[in-house]
Amino acid sequence: MPDATISASTKPAHKTLSEEESKELLRPFGVRFPAEAIVRDPDGAAAAADELGLPVVAKLNGDNIAHKTERGLVRLGLASSQAVRDATTELLAAATPKDGEVSVLVAPMIPSNREFICGVSIDPQFGPIILIGIGGILTEAIADVVLRLVPITRRDAEEMIDEIRTQDLLGSFRGEVPVDRSALADLLLALSTASQARSDILAIDLNPVLIHDGTPIAVDALVELSIQ
Amino acid sequence: MNATIDPARDAELFSCLFEPRGVVVAGASTHPGKFGFVVLHNILASGYEGKVFATNRDGAEVLGITTVPGIDDLPSGEIDLVVVCTPASSNLDLLRSCAAKGIRAAFLTSAGYAEAGADGVAAQAELVALGRELGMLVAGPNGQGVVSTPVNLCAQMVAPFPPAGAIGVASQSGNFVSSFLNWSTQSGVGVSRAVSAGNAASVTVGDYLEYYADDPSTAVGLAYVEGIADGRAFFDRLRSITPRKPMVVVKGGATAGGARAAASHTGSLASDDRVFDGAMRQAGVVRALTVEAAFEAAATFATQPLPKGPNTVVLTTAGGWGVVTADAITASELHLMELPADLLAQIDTKLPPRWSRNNPVDLAGAETRDTIPEVMEMIATHDDVHAIIYLGLGIQSNQARMMHRGRFYPGYGLDRIVEFHQRQDERYATAAADISTSTGKPILTATELAVTDPDNPGPRAVRSSGRLCYASSNRAVTALEQLWRYARFLQR
Repeated sequence: MPDATISASTKPAHKTLSEEESKELLRPFGVRFPAEAIVRDPDGAAAAADELGLPVVAKLNGDNIAHKTERGLVRLGLASSQAVRDATTELLAAATPKDGEVSVLVAPMIPSNREFICGVSIDPQFGPIILIGIGGILTEAIADVVLRLVPITRRDAEEMIDEIRTQDLLGSFRGEVPVDRSALADLLLALSTASQARSDILAIDLNPVLIHDGTPIAVDALVELSIQ
Repeated sequence: MNATIDPARDAELFSCLFEPRGVVVAGASTHPGKFGFVVLHNILASGYEGKVFATNRDGAEVLGITTVPGIDDLPSGEIDLVVVCTPASSNLDLLRSCAAKGIRAAFLTSAGYAEAGADGVAAQAELVALGRELGMLVAGPNGQGVVSTPVNLCAQMVAPFPPAGAIGVASQSGNFVSSFLNWSTQSGVGVSRAVSAGNAASVTVGDYLEYYADDPSTAVGLAYVEGIADGRAFFDRLRSITPRKPMVVVKGGATAGGARAAASHTGSLASDDRVFDGAMRQAGVVRALTVEAAFEAAATFATQPLPKGPNTVVLTTAGGWGVVTADAITASELHLMELPADLLAQIDTKLPPRWSRNNPVDLAGAETRDTIPEVMEMIATHDDVHAIIYLGLGIQSNQARMMHRGRFYPGYGLDRIVEFHQRQDERYATAAADISTSTGKPILTATELAVTDPDNPGPRAVRSSGRLCYASSNRAVTALEQLWRYARFLQR
């Protein structure tokens, strides 16, 4: 188990799930993800793209692949069969031995101008916490986030959304309809339920959660579990 | 003895701490520089209503009190509280003797416990165990003391003894008890109880707040916390308290976090401060960022009714103040409401056309003798208005002061105008309090004269009305926003 590590701090032994496994874990709690395919080679990727409809995104998928964007392991807006093949070849070549067994995740490209982050983490003093904020690659720099302790009520979820400072991103934005706040609250409640039900969850990242036609759609998931 | 209930959860024992029939200072000193002297001095000087006893190894007379050498020499059943100023090593025997005399609460000022290394940690554990065994409330150790104005008790090793009021203070740091009590003394908004938790060996800040929640003398809890060991328990405790009473918390220091998953963005975004902030919001706790903002929020809860909504009107005698206040309201969760047409029409009957005809209601110097109270009443009685911020108090008295000190006084009619100005400001301050009370709506008065010239009859009359005169409109807006947040929390 090369990915099970014990850090110098008090952090317990843990492992990260692949994007695919992370999504599988979260679906039963009511987190919805777009259709996607897991493929092993360029031919499979091209076939999946045909089925899903172009354009698509391709991402390297595997245990312990946490910071995909930072490592250049996400290819967006692949608009032709050849582009899908090339991207798949490059992604598979970019895998390192440390990544273990890898595959490529192909999913429809969802047009969106807005990105949010929803997640769960364990605070040393307060226990499981849930977070929502402005997502995407700038999420830590902007740090417009709101937190609560797990579990949350629907009212808590609504207040979390209300307390995001950049409220303009939740309204009508660049010609798009306002964000469906109720659906966003549903997403937070699903994460709260998951965190309560699975005491082995150390962290969940849904980043980004895209807004498409006002509906929030998580297009990436990372779950970190403790190993007992 | 077989104590089945945690002393720190027994309200009767807290009554022994805050409303004791009699107090004994253990370890009273003849030296006015020693804590054992100062504590006894402060108890006597503040006019504590119960019986006061003291022990001194030599049985010396201290401040007119004939001390006894030991607890065993005291009467039984007359004393509820012992304030312990003796060394840690002697305290276990001392508390056993106290229990035998029917004493059920102890406040330990003694150092040498958990703050003092491994031996101290062990001594503190023994102390906690003994408290449970004896069924005694053991507050501290290493604490500054306890204050309770309903019985004029100032059993602490520092000043001041604050005016009586409805704020219940609990602090993990004794210094901040002093800060809050100093603000109370300066502002005139009083305190019901105050206690420094010291090492909080068996009685924590949460325990004191729990007592305040059901204490009829206390309207609001005010706490300073740092280094919360079990944040979740603190959260659960506060969440059970806030439906009963507002709680204001100010927090110091970063907690020992940092061992979080670097792999997740959520973990790296969940800083200690953001987690604390979210938890307090969720629990309906008012979190203040500074000590003075915390005191002012608590003072506002203690002296103003809760707003039923966010609609706020600014009443001002001058333009600039109104503009800045409007900015602050707009940036807050309060609502700078538009003036309803019927209210506009009503105010029109009292003012010449040059008034602002807008919110802020700027009287533009058009006021005559009765304008301010009359317009204030019109605004406050309108159904759509939930709160008022009143600016401009004290201007007339400020001018009166200059006239009074100038070389022309009392000629040229200055004596009469000085008296008129001062009387007017007193009227305005009184009107703000009376109209607030009669309408059940908060009316906050702000002027820097509250601190730049506290003797100005305007701010002085606000103090006499029992309310806080805010040193700036921004601080009034901040306090009012906290009231509205809490009111909204109760409405959920």
